[in-house]
Amino acid sequence: MNFISTHLLSTILFFPMLSAVVMMFLPKDENKLFRWFAFVASLVPFALTLVAWFQFKSSQPGFQFQETYVWYQAIGSSLHLGVDGLSLTMVLLTTLLTPLAILASFSVSDRVKPYMMLFLFLETGMLGVFMALDLLIFFVFWEIGLIPMYFLINQWGSANRDYASLKFMIYTMGGSLGLLLAIQMIGVLFGTYDLVTVYQRWNSLEAGSMLLGMSVHTVKSIAFWAFAIAFAIKVPIWPFHTWLPDAHTEAPTAGSMLLAGVLLKLGAYGFLRLVLPLYPVEAKMFAGVLALLATAAIVFGAFGSFGQTDFKRLVAYSSVNHMGFVVLGIAAAAYSIGTQDATIALNGAILQMFNHGLSAAGMFFLVGVIYERTHTRNLEEFGGLFPIVPIYGGILIFTSMASLGLPGLNGFISEFLVVRGAFPVLTVFTTISMLGLLFTGAYILKGIKKVLHGPMNEHWAHGEHKLTEISAREIIVMVPLMALILWIGIYPAWILDVINKAVVMLF
Amino acid sequence: MNFPVLSVITFTPMVAALIILMLPAQRKNEARGVALAAATFALLLSFWVYFSYDQATAGYQFIEKYSWLPALGISLHFGVDGISAPLVLLTGVVMFTGVLISWGEFDESKHLSAGIQDRPREFFAFLFLLAGGVFGVFVSLDLFMLFFFYEIAVFPMYLLIAIWGWIQTREYAAMKLTLYLFIGSVVSLVGVLAMYWLQYKNTGILSFDMIGMEKAGFSQAFQNIWFLPVFLGFAVLGGIWPFHNWSPDGHVAAPTAVSMFHAGVLMKLGAFAALRVGIMLLPQGAHTWSWLIMLFAGVAVVYGAYIAFVQEDMKYMIGFSSVSHMGLVMLGMSTLNRNGIMGAGIQMFSHGVMTALFFAITGMIYDRSHTRQIPELGGMSKVMPFATIGFIIGGLVSMGMPLFSGFVAEFPIFMGVWQVQWLVAVIASISIVITAAYIMRNIRQVFFGPMPEKLEGHMGDVTVLDKVAITTLCLFMIVIGMFPSFMVPMIQTGVENVLRLLGGS
Repeated sequence: MNFISTHLLSTILFFPMLSAVVMMFLPKDENKLFRWFAFVASLVPFALTLVAWFQFKSSQPGFQFQETYVWYQAIGSSLHLGVDGLSLTMVLLTTLLTPLAILASFSVSDRVKPYMMLFLFLETGMLGVFMALDLLIFFVFWEIGLIPMYFLINQWGSANRDYASLKFMIYTMGGSLGLLLAIQMIGVLFGTYDLVTVYQRWNSLEAGSMLLGMSVHTVKSIAFWAFAIAFAIKVPIWPFHTWLPDAHTEAPTAGSMLLAGVLLKLGAYGFLRLVLPLYPVEAKMFAGVLALLATAAIVFGAFGSFGQTDFKRLVAYSSVNHMGFVVLGIAAAAYSIGTQDATIALNGAILQMFNHGLSAAGMFFLVGVIYERTHTRNLEEFGGLFPIVPIYGGILIFTSMASLGLPGLNGFISEFLVVRGAFPVLTVFTTISMLGLLFTGAYILKGIKKVLHGPMNEHWAHGEHKLTEISAREIIVMVPLMALILWIGIYPAWILDVINKAVVMLF
Repeated sequence: MNFPVLSVITFTPMVAALIILMLPAQRKNEARGVALAAATFALLLSFWVYFSYDQATAGYQFIEKYSWLPALGISLHFGVDGISAPLVLLTGVVMFTGVLISWGEFDESKHLSAGIQDRPREFFAFLFLLAGGVFGVFVSLDLFMLFFFYEIAVFPMYLLIAIWGWIQTREYAAMKLTLYLFIGSVVSLVGVLAMYWLQYKNTGILSFDMIGMEKAGFSQAFQNIWFLPVFLGFAVLGGIWPFHNWSPDGHVAAPTAVSMFHAGVLMKLGAFAALRVGIMLLPQGAHTWSWLIMLFAGVAVVYGAYIAFVQEDMKYMIGFSSVSHMGLVMLGMSTLNRNGIMGAGIQMFSHGVMTALFFAITGMIYDRSHTRQIPELGGMSKVMPFATIGFIIGGLVSMGMPLFSGFVAEFPIFMGVWQVQWLVAVIASISIVITAAYIMRNIRQVFFGPMPEKLEGHMGDVTVLDKVAITTLCLFMIVIGMFPSFMVPMIQTGVENVLRLLGGS
């Protein structure tokens, strides 16, 4: 136990990966074994994250549970891990969603072993981004997470998976090219990639000095955009979002859960961890642009979602809409950094990241549940299913309402905080975004109506196509999500306390 | 330490070649057995050299010196430093895996003829002659000997390609390759002779000894004139643009193990000799001309990747990707700074292992499907899952994915370029995305695409020996990627020496 308490983060981080390696040596064709092995292996990091969550001292500034190991000494990079309230929240989200996603994929029967291994690799990749306190390590995990996701979509996805997975890969890699170059530049300038050091040295650069033959201001502006575009693609911010509906729609259910639940957060996390602290001046200067794009994402995302006939695509576009609020909060905070409005907006943005992780994962799972039974996602082919599957219907409505932002559920709290923080600063954009919320309501109700209400499609009511009710395993996947949705909705203080203290100390 | 390990490594393949030639022609498996034994022996010795190289002392180690032609100042002078020790290991690895995958399997009933089935005795003899030459170049500290082994390494290529190569282009490719390389080496040789005579004129010492020549103090004007011929003459073998186009043709025509040697080791020979002779002996010339090398290398990186992207033949694709990746090596060298040269050193090893793996797997596919056209292939993941994983790992290395050796190598190269000219770094980085695109396209089509009816039922899995080879190569890529300290500190010691010479100007 002593080892674990001193190596808590690295244990959480590498446990899934090592389990995947062990899994490689398990006997062939034991699908049941693979499933349970992967599930248990992903529960361990979750349990350890809970330990970390309760040991975490939220009022203590700086990073906690820090660990440093030699990695690439020659260029000044080390495996430096640590968390603050912001990253710990995201770590919690990741370790919570991964076992649920694995549990959700117990119905996968095609090549179970590589499938489960990829999920475990993916978990390590995602966790690494949240824990990294070294720019190079950040980039390492940022990139490496792409690979398992690519293969999950490419191998276990639906009809158009080839196109979607390649688009996802090339889009994200293209976006991170700028990030790579900017990180290299920072490394060349400072001779170290350690984030804590870079924070200090970067902001103490004299404005008049010259770097690489350019003024500090030019260098910082270029680097700002390089970072911002990479993260904007991942979030995704309109107009960089076009990979998302394809990737989400084609990915297997559990893949979509993690894609929407965690991977999109990587982009927003990048803004919070790197862009705001490293480029406060540039971020403030370009906050208007960011807010404009966020508003566009909110409004167009809602419209895009409303226009879909594919249930999964509808949910996918809703991610663009919801992540728009995260970016709006970040833009408002960038614009008014240091004020109380900024703190509120950031609180909202981070909580919205967590909340969207819960509700989007839930929604994608529910779409997957019905798709598995009907083999269609076309909204026109459903209709009036509520009487056939009442429990499923209830869960779907509950989760949709969280997504819609119904007071009492989690989405309301975070969106309210974002809007409250952003309104005094970016009044016009916030107003337009709130109008966008109307359409959020519209598309969510449309989804519910098309699936559950209206004239019953008799095809699903009788005979061999009779729709079966949601199974116990599937309910178990939803229970933790729904419990958290309700808990945060009714009593958000437990998580907001951690987030708020982190925000106050960071910015 | 008195055991003459370097000369044993160098002459082991040559002696093995002689033994193999003495076996009766029909005893194919004995020839293979001897080859494998010799390759294993050389690999173990090169491991031993690698791990017992003392990084704290640095400099040249395991030095051996025997007089050869004292009248002209030629001696058999061997030694390795931090840059050549990994390359000796690389040669050992490629030789070992090359023998494994050439073993192949033969089954007339299934029309299966993988590996080398035609005259394996002569094949291994020539291949080992080549391997001996390669080892010799990496360990030589005497310029004449370096040339001597260099030519020994190039010459068997002609026969190997012309006899065992792809029937459609082998004669053309073999001729083209040989002419290119000989012209390149003759140009370098003239430069080397010029250095030899000038040293004699300046100091009265008649010697090809490279450690001595490092101190010869050639004048600035002399270095400016001779740097380019010497560097580019060697760099032709490194596949530098615009002298690269022998290389993809050669790759395509060569039999699998020869392609592995060619891309995995021979191209490094060019880059290594260009560094050792060009940059280290003519450092001021390097300072004068580094911009031109950087330009050539920058073009090679992007252009090579783009041309690879449009290829339909798998071997051409890998051939051009080698041009792109060797461009990165040259790019690193042209920065003349610590990060760049260090990255170039790692990239030489990383690319060697990666491309050997690529060619090995392409060969396995070709032997079973008789086509290398990407659109005509598909569904390989079902018949050869092990090779699929190998190719994917190689692909990730090729794209410079973190946690694989390619990233560890490319990252410092780009950092080095940033220190010199940021624009080149930005442009060269485009190649990363292009590489990702063609690698992914290839994996998707060849390994996961639908299997064409023509191939249905004709394809079998790779042999156990193939799997051993794939595993060996993959392990290096993963270990270096996850634990850069496996190789980086050693290369650093070699780089310090290069920097010392460069900084002296």
